[in-house]
Amino acid sequence: MSTAEIDRQWTTRLRKRATGHLPPEKLLPDTQPAYVSSWIYVFGVTTLAALMMVILSGIILAIRGPQWWHSSAIGHFVNSTHLWSVEIFFFAMIVHLWGKFFMAAWRGGRSLTWVTGVVTFLASVGTAFTGYVSQTNFDSQWISTQAKDGINATGAGSIFNVLNLGQMLMWHIVLLPLAAVLLTAIHVLMVRVKGVVPPFEENGATK
Amino acid sequence: MAYLWSLAALIPLNNYGHYIHWGVIDISVANFIVVVLMIIAFVAALFLPFPGRSRRKESR
Repeated sequence: MSTAEIDRQWTTRLRKRATGHLPPEKLLPDTQPAYVSSWIYVFGVTTLAALMMVILSGIILAIRGPQWWHSSAIGHFVNSTHLWSVEIFFFAMIVHLWGKFFMAAWRGGRSLTWVTGVVTFLASVGTAFTGYVSQTNFDSQWISTQAKDGINATGAGSIFNVLNLGQMLMWHIVLLPLAAVLLTAIHVLMVRVKGVVPPFEENGATK
Repeated sequence: MAYLWSLAALIPLNNYGHYIHWGVIDISVANFIVVVLMIIAFVAALFLPFPGRSRRKESR
């Protein structure tokens, strides 16, 4: 195979494009700019850490099933770990969002980073909601019967039935987590490609 | 194990929820506390010194 032919291969082109945009030292950098030495930058990675705990505890819950998480002590513990990881996930994500909003973190060609963050937030809200209606207890029954009127009023009820436990569980453990994790990965890669947004200039100029 | 149950009893969860009504705003006390904690965390993150920051500045 000639060099020209190798260069035309989709694998070669993809590799060159990926490593051009995101060389290894940019993907996993050794240092960060001095302005990143602030607690406000900790909340993004806290959100990521909480997401990992959510996924891990969710996998254990999926393996053992509702009877286990409702009736055994260890099941209660993992169920609570899942809930509190979600609480920390949203807590940290909101503070991260406030921080990035007031930094105008979409500056310097970072609009796609901002937009993927917003869409990830929306996907996470959907994931949490379908989780609350999939608990298989009185709480989930109450939430789903309260939510059905709101969802039906939007017209989405014809394809998204909050009273359908099977459908809600599938959305909660397959579709929405897949979307949330994929979007998070794209968001983090965008941060690595464009770098962390620098602070505003002292004279008020923006970058 | 019994002491764990007594710890849980510090916050009674079997009662009706408490709500704050303020004009169009209607929020449970639990959610309001979380919002307040988020604001505290946000302000603290802006003003609390980050460990090692001065050291990094000196080395630059």
